[in-house]
Amino acid sequence: MPFRSHTRRSHHPKKESFRILPLGDSALTIEFGNVINSEINSRVVAFAKTVFNQHWQGIHDIVPTYRSVTVHFDPLQWDSATLAKRLKTLPRREPGQADPQGILHEIPVLYGGEWGPDLEAVATFAGLQPDEASALHASIQYRVYMLGFSPGFPYLGLIPERLAMPRRSTPRTTVPAGSVGIADHQTGIYPIATPGGWQLIGRTPIAMYRKGRADPFLLKPGDIVQFNPIDRHEFDRLSHKSAHGND
Amino acid sequence: MMKLQPAEILVLKSGWLTTIQDLGRHGHQHYGVSVSGAMDSFSMIVANRLVGNPDQTAILELTLKGPELQFEQDTVVAITGADLSPTLDNRNVPMWRSMLIPRGGQLRFGVPRAGTRAYLSIAGGIDVPLVLGSRATHCASETGGLHGRPLKQGDVLRGGKPAPLITQPIGTELPAPLRPCYERSATLRIIPGPQQMFFKKHSLTTLTQAHYTVSPQSNRMGYRLAGSKIAQKDTASFISDGTATGSLQVPSDGQPILLMADRQTTGGYPKIAVVISADLPLAAQLAPGDRIRFVLCTVAQAQRLLRIQHAQLDVALPPCDRHYT
Repeated sequence: MPFRSHTRRSHHPKKESFRILPLGDSALTIEFGNVINSEINSRVVAFAKTVFNQHWQGIHDIVPTYRSVTVHFDPLQWDSATLAKRLKTLPRREPGQADPQGILHEIPVLYGGEWGPDLEAVATFAGLQPDEASALHASIQYRVYMLGFSPGFPYLGLIPERLAMPRRSTPRTTVPAGSVGIADHQTGIYPIATPGGWQLIGRTPIAMYRKGRADPFLLKPGDIVQFNPIDRHEFDRLSHKSAHGND
Repeated sequence: MMKLQPAEILVLKSGWLTTIQDLGRHGHQHYGVSVSGAMDSFSMIVANRLVGNPDQTAILELTLKGPELQFEQDTVVAITGADLSPTLDNRNVPMWRSMLIPRGGQLRFGVPRAGTRAYLSIAGGIDVPLVLGSRATHCASETGGLHGRPLKQGDVLRGGKPAPLITQPIGTELPAPLRPCYERSATLRIIPGPQQMFFKKHSLTTLTQAHYTVSPQSNRMGYRLAGSKIAQKDTASFISDGTATGSLQVPSDGQPILLMADRQTTGGYPKIAVVISADLPLAAQLAPGDRIRFVLCTVAQAQRLLRIQHAQLDVALPPCDRHYT
């Protein structure tokens, strides 16, 4: 079904479902809303794909986030006004339109212990036992809202309200690759060892950033993640397999 | 016409932070991959053009304390950007000018006289693998460059195939009026950022009336600035979105952070303003302790200034579109 264009209504700015804001002289941010929900994010992901599919020369990057798309361009090839005009004429998904199903990824996680040193704190925050907290975390499917922070880091959500513990007041200087963390209503997976402030509840042996591959990133915005609790034996078996490139 | 062998360069001393950079890793920010690349793209492009390289060719970025390098082949190079007192076999060498380093020559750097980052181009470029389309080093993710890290003592760099010297004779230089002048303070032009509604009414005025100092917590990812506090209305409700190089993001303490080449692709702080592209090369040459004054500018002005900057450069040093394999 073709997308409906808003162009004929552009003289009624109040009816616009998005705003185009300059982010300096080499980027524009197209804002679809100011909340985190899957409906707005699915419009964001769809619009980012539409812009990408134009294959315009001089467009360096198209970055979908929770509720906006940032388009980075070469200011020697584009001026912001012309690009904004072109972006406005592109089809956009209407609010309420169905979201195409993203790819479902089952991600095995070893919860707690040295792999999830903050699981007990999260459980205490939630008023649960640690195994209840991890079961709750793995009980629902999460949407990949965006990737950011480090190569392949997925921002997943939204997690059950009672698990929504804030970040640690002092970030760790190193978080091991594969760590699964919680920050407020988001959960995420650290693809590489970096500093980090999220509450770490477990670790996956599956690589998010598979260096050296043509397409090294496992998850894409709009995909779905289901965490599966595994035991130590299974973690070691999958780690071994992953290290030998059979993931 | 003189034919050169690919360069072979032995790293005798690494310097403080010497990395392989190009014009950055574009097209992967939606996967969280930082752009990285040369902090001062103007000096980097000039260095490449002086030795007959295409603009995006990989070069070395030197930071305050340069390396000691031994050249195992006759090699054409150029040094631009910060004046880090370069010497060849203990004799001063000119900057912003291509020169031949004879086989066995040792290039050293001394005290920084002006600026922070120098660029050393090598005719033929530096032969490291392309990672996601770029040779730029991003140390935090160990991506690109030489094994994703700064140079260290004992490394050997190999060059690509240099152009025959007829295309760009030794002694080519950037005309003096086009050479930037680096001081301990800079005026940077800014465009108001996309999140004005998160700041109190007079925040932009505060930003443009105060002086800010580059703090010691500054690196290729960003500069933490110290100065008048930028007041926010609401620090909690901002939802992470895309960042741009030059963004001035403001955390809850009100002290702005100027995002630079290794910036994260998305960020959780509202952005009060963005430094214009034409002034980013100047920002790249600042060091901790240096002072910044911000001046407002429009998007149209900023884009015109950048076009003028590049048009002037193209007249003085036309781009070389020869491609290496």
